[in-house]
Amino acid sequence: MWRLLGRKVLHLIPVLFLVTLATTAMPDMLKLGDPSATPVGPKLSADMTPEDVKRLEAQYGYDDPLYERYGRWVADAVTGDFGTSMATDTPVADSIKERYPVTLELALVSLLLALAVAVPLGVWAAAKAGRLPDKFLGGLSSGLLAIPPFISSILLVYLFAAPGKLGQVFPNQGWTKASESLSANIETLMLPAIVLALAEIPQFQRLLRSDMLGTLQEDYILTARSKGMSAPYVLFRHALRPSSFSLITISGLTLGRLIGGTVIVEFYFGIPGLGQSIVGAITSNDIPTVQGTVVVIAVGYVLLNTLVDVAYMLIDPRVRAR
Amino acid sequence: MSLVETENSLGLTESGVETPAEAAAERKGKKKRAGLLWWLAVTWLSLVLAMVVFADLLPAEYDRPVGDAHLPPFQSWPEFLGTDYLGRSTLSRIAAGARTSLIVSTIPVAFGILLGGLLGLVSAYFRGTAETVIDIFADALLAFPPLLLLLMLASVLKPPSVWTITIGLAVLTVPGFYRLTKANAIAQSKREYVVVAKAMGARPGRIMFKELMPNTVATILSYAVIVMAIMIVAEGSLSFLGVGVPDPEPSWGGMVYKEKDNLETYPGQVFVPCAVLFLTVFSLNVIGDRLRSKFDVRDSNL
Repeated sequence: MWRLLGRKVLHLIPVLFLVTLATTAMPDMLKLGDPSATPVGPKLSADMTPEDVKRLEAQYGYDDPLYERYGRWVADAVTGDFGTSMATDTPVADSIKERYPVTLELALVSLLLALAVAVPLGVWAAAKAGRLPDKFLGGLSSGLLAIPPFISSILLVYLFAAPGKLGQVFPNQGWTKASESLSANIETLMLPAIVLALAEIPQFQRLLRSDMLGTLQEDYILTARSKGMSAPYVLFRHALRPSSFSLITISGLTLGRLIGGTVIVEFYFGIPGLGQSIVGAITSNDIPTVQGTVVVIAVGYVLLNTLVDVAYMLIDPRVRAR
Repeated sequence: MSLVETENSLGLTESGVETPAEAAAERKGKKKRAGLLWWLAVTWLSLVLAMVVFADLLPAEYDRPVGDAHLPPFQSWPEFLGTDYLGRSTLSRIAAGARTSLIVSTIPVAFGILLGGLLGLVSAYFRGTAETVIDIFADALLAFPPLLLLLMLASVLKPPSVWTITIGLAVLTVPGFYRLTKANAIAQSKREYVVVAKAMGARPGRIMFKELMPNTVATILSYAVIVMAIMIVAEGSLSFLGVGVPDPEPSWGGMVYKEKDNLETYPGQVFVPCAVLFLTVFSLNVIGDRLRSKFDVRDSNL
């Protein structure tokens, strides 16, 4: 087991190296002063002359060879220094610190919401496998799978956040911090979280259903039933726990994906999270912000995946033996 | 975010895998027939293809105004889908957008299958160092959230057009198909016929292309349809963020992006492209799911 663990950690090193190398190589590919970008801020502007661009590149050290830049960037990054944003002239690390909690809250709430809906539905579908409720849920989940978040955002805003329809139940824009007002925070959080949850529910529901179908064939379920236990008791107390193994694993991975996957809702609902800052930074060629934010998200994702793998190994002896 | 689901939909995580119990239950039950839904899906996709082929025969051009701006749908003929904020025919733009969707869904998938498949075969046959090295590159690509990687690629490939987005999407599909091919080919390479071929002195090329490839290709192709749906959503998402196909060129996501601020006053202009995109993605999923359950023969089912 320790060998497997060691191999996983060893595998991490080159992956992290490639991820950081790709992001530090970005200035070579992104053309500063590109007319199709929409630059803003004190250092970037639309009408930069080639000399301006040269000066900016020299100031940020982008004219040094890649290996020098890479060494410098990594040495700074491990001390928590991601450079200074070209658009706002403030440290990138500060902006990440400010925005990370927002995105994390959004991702966590969406995940919990998706689980809260998908678990009962998955159990129900497994209990009624092949019958009408199962078929209905199956159809519903394949329908939901075909609705991309940008469409469900628009649909939900139209239904719940536009005046005149069902009334403006939720605000359609903006973000209030939980520390300012918890109720306002929940209001601004609700629609985006529902949008993200809707995309995850079908996957969770299907996964739990199929794992549960396997569990329900076991002898101990038959024993429990023949002892006269009620169907819900057998389902939730006997069958759910052994069936939720892969669901828990996927939930861990999903959290990591959601942290990088909130771009669309943050853009549409105007939420000041990591995704919004990346879209802004990419369209304005704010290279240091793109580098810092993308690396933080990607490294977090890789680490979380490895953690999930290791946790899986610790819990399940069968994986350990492999 | 559906783009993000690439990994799940490719069956690389547990969610895409049918448990033996479920497969048994399904086999015992009905013989799989082509249901009503399947035929509806085929009909819709044929309609979309027909739009691509006959787009030029439509009375209105997609980039010229034909009348008043923001005509609601189902009011006039032949422009029965209304007009957009510049008075351009929504019908013609949907038809021309179908062409965009066709390009961004087929070319990247073909590229992903070719390159990802080839690397997958190589790594499944040789294992060892080759596998480790390719794995590292694939993992590094998968470490970026897909939409972010696509955004970064889109910002590097300038000026944006259908083709730069196609290139970005093509890069994105490779690691998924690589892992899928590798997993399938490794499973095959332990079977007797491959062992026999090796014992008879077959060369690596022969084993990879004459033994492993024919036995993995059906599975890969059945996933391809689902990846096509993901590609259409990805292009739509990118255009929705305003960094996709630039304006006079139509794309369904771009049509939504341009009209999304008029949602309350002119909902029709937003919901027509949304509905078309939904129906297309749904049809591809229906067909893909069916192909997958038909061709994705895992060892446990044999």
